[in-house]
Amino acid sequence: MENVAKKPFLEQLIHGTNFDADSLSALQKVTLRAVVMSFLFFGLVAIEGMIMRMVQTGPINPLPEMFNHPDHYFSIMTVHPIVGIFGSTYQLVFAAFMFLVPYLTKKPLYSVKLANFVWLCITIGTAMAWIAGFIWQYAPLYTLYWPLPADFEQFSVIGAFVFVIGVALIMIGTIGFIYNIYATIFARTGVHKNKTTKELLISGFGIDGLMNLIHKLMGKPPYSKEPALSLPVVAIFRGTVDTFLDAIVILGAGILVLVYIVAHAGGLSWDVHAVDSLLYKNYFWWGLDLVADGLVLIYVAGSWYLLATIITGQKLFMENVARAALLLELFVSWMVWSHHLLADQPQPEMMKLISGEMVTAFELLTQGLALFITLVTLWKARPLKMSPELAYLLGGLVGFGLAVPAGIIQADMGLNRVLHNTQWISFAHFHIALIVGLYMTLYSALYVLWPLVTNNTKLFSKKLTWAHFWLYLIGGIGMGAFAGMAGLDGMLRRHLYVDGEFHGWMILAAIFGTMVLIAWFLFLYNIVMSVGLKGLIGIFKPANNDIATFGIEEEPEPAPAAVKA
Amino acid sequence: MFQTSLELLKFHWAAYSIYALLIISVIAWFGYNLTRKEKVKSIVRIPFYGYIAFLVAGGVGHHIFTYNAIPWVAEDIMRHEITPDRDYEIEIAKHKWKLPEEQMVANMGEKVRFNVHSHDLTYGFGLFRKDGTMVMQMQVVPKHDNDIVWTFHECGKFDLTSTEYAGPGQYDKETGEDKMFVKDALIVNCNDKFASR
Ligand SMILES: [Cu+2]
Repeated sequence: MENVAKKPFLEQLIHGTNFDADSLSALQKVTLRAVVMSFLFFGLVAIEGMIMRMVQTGPINPLPEMFNHPDHYFSIMTVHPIVGIFGSTYQLVFAAFMFLVPYLTKKPLYSVKLANFVWLCITIGTAMAWIAGFIWQYAPLYTLYWPLPADFEQFSVIGAFVFVIGVALIMIGTIGFIYNIYATIFARTGVHKNKTTKELLISGFGIDGLMNLIHKLMGKPPYSKEPALSLPVVAIFRGTVDTFLDAIVILGAGILVLVYIVAHAGGLSWDVHAVDSLLYKNYFWWGLDLVADGLVLIYVAGSWYLLATIITGQKLFMENVARAALLLELFVSWMVWSHHLLADQPQPEMMKLISGEMVTAFELLTQGLALFITLVTLWKARPLKMSPELAYLLGGLVGFGLAVPAGIIQADMGLNRVLHNTQWISFAHFHIALIVGLYMTLYSALYVLWPLVTNNTKLFSKKLTWAHFWLYLIGGIGMGAFAGMAGLDGMLRRHLYVDGEFHGWMILAAIFGTMVLIAWFLFLYNIVMSVGLKGLIGIFKPANNDIATFGIEEEPEPAPAAVKA
Repeated sequence: MFQTSLELLKFHWAAYSIYALLIISVIAWFGYNLTRKEKVKSIVRIPFYGYIAFLVAGGVGHHIFTYNAIPWVAEDIMRHEITPDRDYEIEIAKHKWKLPEEQMVANMGEKVRFNVHSHDLTYGFGLFRKDGTMVMQMQVVPKHDNDIVWTFHECGKFDLTSTEYAGPGQYDKETGEDKMFVKDALIVNCNDKFASR
């Protein structure tokens, strides 16, 4: 990556470096569309996060009065994770995988039309949920603890309706993504022409990795020398199982709320206590936790493996163990949700103990293994050049190295009693996991995929890339650490402090949070100056060639027929 | 080992900060050496199975350690067999506490049972010290028994508020003030026969 010859500002802004949107295939375009939307939502979420940070610094904050009002504050808090997790993270991950699966399997994406439908669904859905918060101040928080979302004394019916439809659209888009990925993976074309569905499934679940390990222990020849699916594809497949279950659960919750909305709008006032709040909480967290403890960890582990092998150009260390660990994570991620209910006294004690404490602790093992395998793979290939993609990958590893133990600490009956619902979990755990761990991994993937997706577009400035890296890393860790410490001092999440009760920590968190926001601006500026405004618009124009694959010369076979097989 | 949540949290603060600095410097050291031409000697060699054993011990050991060190864990699991010294039934509806008496009282060392009922939404029952640190809390789900037995190993006046979000109705629309905040909801007396323990 070199710095580009200087052009006058306006020319640079309009034309970029050497980006040519007309040269992009349909697959490249749909990938970039989702990436663009993802980073726009990231900016929105960062600004919203900063608004909340500033409000918590107390009367000294420079924001206009309206932001301090509870209705306003909690509607921001409600849409913040929706925009961040679905609008931004989901879009970015989906975009990467929609490109990677065809790239890694050398098969065409099942349907570019469906891929376009997906980013539109998620974008519109996220916008609707956001609008429901902005206009009608619908604010039951994303946890939707029953019966709060159906409490029409506090919230307007129309706001609830728009919000639920928005979330439903996101989930429908998600299911579209899953269908597209599965149809692509199981299409018997190209490298998978002679594979059976059974072989592909065995590989997808990581069973072949486990069998190889067992065979090795028993001194038998390997179960399969060449696995049907490459490891990153296994991780994508595996993660997508969780994405599906999670989409079903959230969609189910949405339908329940919708039933109550319709009844209320029709003049009926149904008893909200007909639904057991504890049962609902279990059901909801089972699904929602699949996003957090299943999806993120699996997708991230898979991305680490992929990035480490691409950056080093070498095979992954202990590949069979990695495959088997993904299988283990399948069972672990389905059985850990009870750690969200450790502070719920009616929750059966056995469930807290086994699901909440013991199985949850296994995430230390599965994530620790992924960290170890990635590090050793890098180590064996040294000396390496410190490229931005390597630096971001290491940043991602640090993020999870910090965030996973921080979560495990709270998933303990003793500590949960004094940490539940404090800022410790919001910041030391999941903000660091997302901002530092997940996003830095995604930035690494972005820099690795950049030349492939943009047909070797030169980046505008190398200096800006590094400035973004350091500001983002230090800002992300700093904000997470200081706001997390406020949690240890008793500061609650989901609570409005108007008198600046924890303002010392909050000012520190706001300073570091600002660094994240500045980093985002630098990144955006760098990207816009690389592709140019003209190129940016070109991404959203129809593609000249509708090739849905990457990396093979010959004309791809018609995919839709293959999926029926 | 830990008597009050304050001591536990202080220990946790220090332990985690040290861990965080450690993991950041390990990865930084690792990243630096990745780029060096000459072969570096590792300071420590971690064998693979040793590392796995460390992770397992860390995950499981952490629970075992806290089970013995934090007095309220065993009490929590066994609470149905404990006869409390005092018993308080508390109700919540429409973001309002209904306390059994104006001010709840206990003595240091006594086992106090709080059973909180919600008539509408999910709330949280949280007791806080004057400096804002948390003594303990639990979730309060509607139409269920939400009971906790707590032994107070410290004395003082404690404030009460809801620790779970139940809509903006908890706050005054204009000032944003917390309407569920009850100052000095519980007084724990120091001079008591249990206090010497
Ligand atoms: Cu979780």
